[in-house]
Amino acid sequence: MTAVQSETPRAEADSGYNFAYLDEQTKRMIRRAILKAVAIPGYQVPFASREMPMPYGWGTGGVQVTAAVIGSDDVLKVIDQGSDDTTNAVSIRSFFVRTTGVETTEKTRDATLIQTRHRVPETPLSEDQILVYQVPIPEPLRFLEPRETETRRMHALEDYGLMHVKLYEDIAHHGHIATTYAYPVKVAGRYVMDPSPTPKFDNPKMNHSPALQLFGAGREKRIYAIPPHTEVVSLDFEDHPFEVQQWDNACALCGATDSFLDEVIMDDAGKRMFVCSDSDYCEERRAAGHVGEEGVPL
Amino acid sequence: MYVAAKGGEKAIAGAHRLLAEERRGDPAVSEIGTDQISEQLGRAVDRVMTEGALFDRKLAALAIKQAAGDLIEAIFLIRAYRTTLPRFGYSEPLKVSDMRARRRISATFKDVPGGQVLGPTFDYTHRLLDFALEAEGGARDHSVELHSAATGDALHDDPGPMDPMPRVLDQLASEGMIEDSEAPAGDVVSPVGDITREPTEFPADRDVRLQTLARGDEGFLLAMGYSTQRGYGRTHPFAGEIRMGEVTVEFMPEELGFPIEIGEITITECEMVNQFKGTATEKPKFTRGYGLGFGHVERKAISMALVDRSLRCRDLGEEAGAPAQDEEFVLSHSDNVQATGFVEHLKLPHYVDFQSELELVRRMRAEFDAAQEAKEEIAKPEAAE
Repeated sequence: MTAVQSETPRAEADSGYNFAYLDEQTKRMIRRAILKAVAIPGYQVPFASREMPMPYGWGTGGVQVTAAVIGSDDVLKVIDQGSDDTTNAVSIRSFFVRTTGVETTEKTRDATLIQTRHRVPETPLSEDQILVYQVPIPEPLRFLEPRETETRRMHALEDYGLMHVKLYEDIAHHGHIATTYAYPVKVAGRYVMDPSPTPKFDNPKMNHSPALQLFGAGREKRIYAIPPHTEVVSLDFEDHPFEVQQWDNACALCGATDSFLDEVIMDDAGKRMFVCSDSDYCEERRAAGHVGEEGVPL
Repeated sequence: MYVAAKGGEKAIAGAHRLLAEERRGDPAVSEIGTDQISEQLGRAVDRVMTEGALFDRKLAALAIKQAAGDLIEAIFLIRAYRTTLPRFGYSEPLKVSDMRARRRISATFKDVPGGQVLGPTFDYTHRLLDFALEAEGGARDHSVELHSAATGDALHDDPGPMDPMPRVLDQLASEGMIEDSEAPAGDVVSPVGDITREPTEFPADRDVRLQTLARGDEGFLLAMGYSTQRGYGRTHPFAGEIRMGEVTVEFMPEELGFPIEIGEITITECEMVNQFKGTATEKPKFTRGYGLGFGHVERKAISMALVDRSLRCRDLGEEAGAPAQDEEFVLSHSDNVQATGFVEHLKLPHYVDFQSELELVRRMRAEFDAAQEAKEEIAKPEAAE
């Protein structure tokens, strides 16, 4: 078997398409981009993003990265907003089941490959795992400077003054930095990087993570990476250190006080409930006997 | 021959015969019925009704057939017909809160009273050509199975008895987290403008802007909305609520003095939630962008809501400079009937103007040559010395 030949798909995969949808040459092109991204942490590597059978902005970058790294013995988990049962996660998972036949899981611990949109799982990741982020806008400087020619020059010259001025202006206007998601980070002391629109709550989890973190932006044709055990620092000032969100509530189902909570509207009288955004984490805690205010023991 | 188009009645008649022939295609293939267009190309009909600014599925289907599937041409046909209709008056404001929603989603909250209802949507389908549809008799689309498998229990698309669906943004409003959708009581409210009766003047008010955007070209608004997401006038949008379904239209005849129901229309509405940082005198809060169209026109409604919010930069005291924030630029170029007319008018004969240009360019070239020669004449004796 030569390298460009297809990997043998499992029996249940759709035989009309190559393993994981993309042809082998395309996968190699994406893998080369990933290797470069790993070699230059936080640097946005341009790649020849393909048309995918889902719309741009719905995870085509993440799907291409996953398709390039997935193997037939991988165990795949797909989450959106932290949860496995959100519609887009269901759709992407069923796409990979159909085109690869790989085993899937909802358990963070059991997965070898996790594709995510907007969250990092609460359960700490291990060296045997890869986390693939779906990225809408890879350029952290985009909202300060819309032109790509300019932002690439700024990255090349490590000219991040504009970003610091923006954060400073936030403090001057509001007394604190008014960015709650897609909070910029500096990777391995060099490149300023957009962590994708994850809440800043998740930024600390990216720092020195033992797992490989890959970021794919399909529409903008960029791949970037945080290799395992890499320093990821959220930008801040000495007198205004970086802080994550805090809640006054605990999860209503599992009682967790250390997780990111979603607000659910219960009725039109304004009754609200707070629950873990990470559904697997919540489930695991409930299975271990933790019960929140409105939860029932499993 | 093109030159014969000048007064060439015969040529025009011949061209139109050819068009009719081309529209019909191979006579061996059965002719498409307007009922088939209305039933099976529903999204095309919806777009033509929205941008044609006339809710009539039958007429829109006819326009699509007559335009051979060219939707802007069909929109043009509908606008040209619409302008001939007598006007009885204005309907009562639609009660969109009472919509019989077939689709209702919120991207801002995981669950909301009344639930997330996916309804008929291309979302979460995999864009894989379904060759079974090619077969005559149309085999069942497997994406349908996939779709219902993806909805699971939480997202019921069973149209059974529906829970009430209070507006998602009202929840935020009850906390004072978002600006009001109506003018505060006691404010003088000027009558709603009508762009079909009054020429637009700049600066325009929001009612006039929204009317213009509602009939604006989907592709243009899509690109404008998209540009704001990519950094040219960022508005931090969230789709607070998108709903599609049927609403009742009420009309109050003057002689009756109370409103009567005159029919039902299908609409798509998008309420966008956007960030507002506040000012020295105003607390930070969320602001609104609004989109509405006839039929199932989600892309249009979302784009419209993005552009509406961008155009409010002046009212909200925001820094402006991006194309989507330039009211005059956006409103003057959003109408595809106007745009296609003027762009395509370049096909009309321009012999006279071009002749004048030809003459001018020839004269300038001659003058340029004469000047060059004169320079060379002067340079020559110097070179000899």
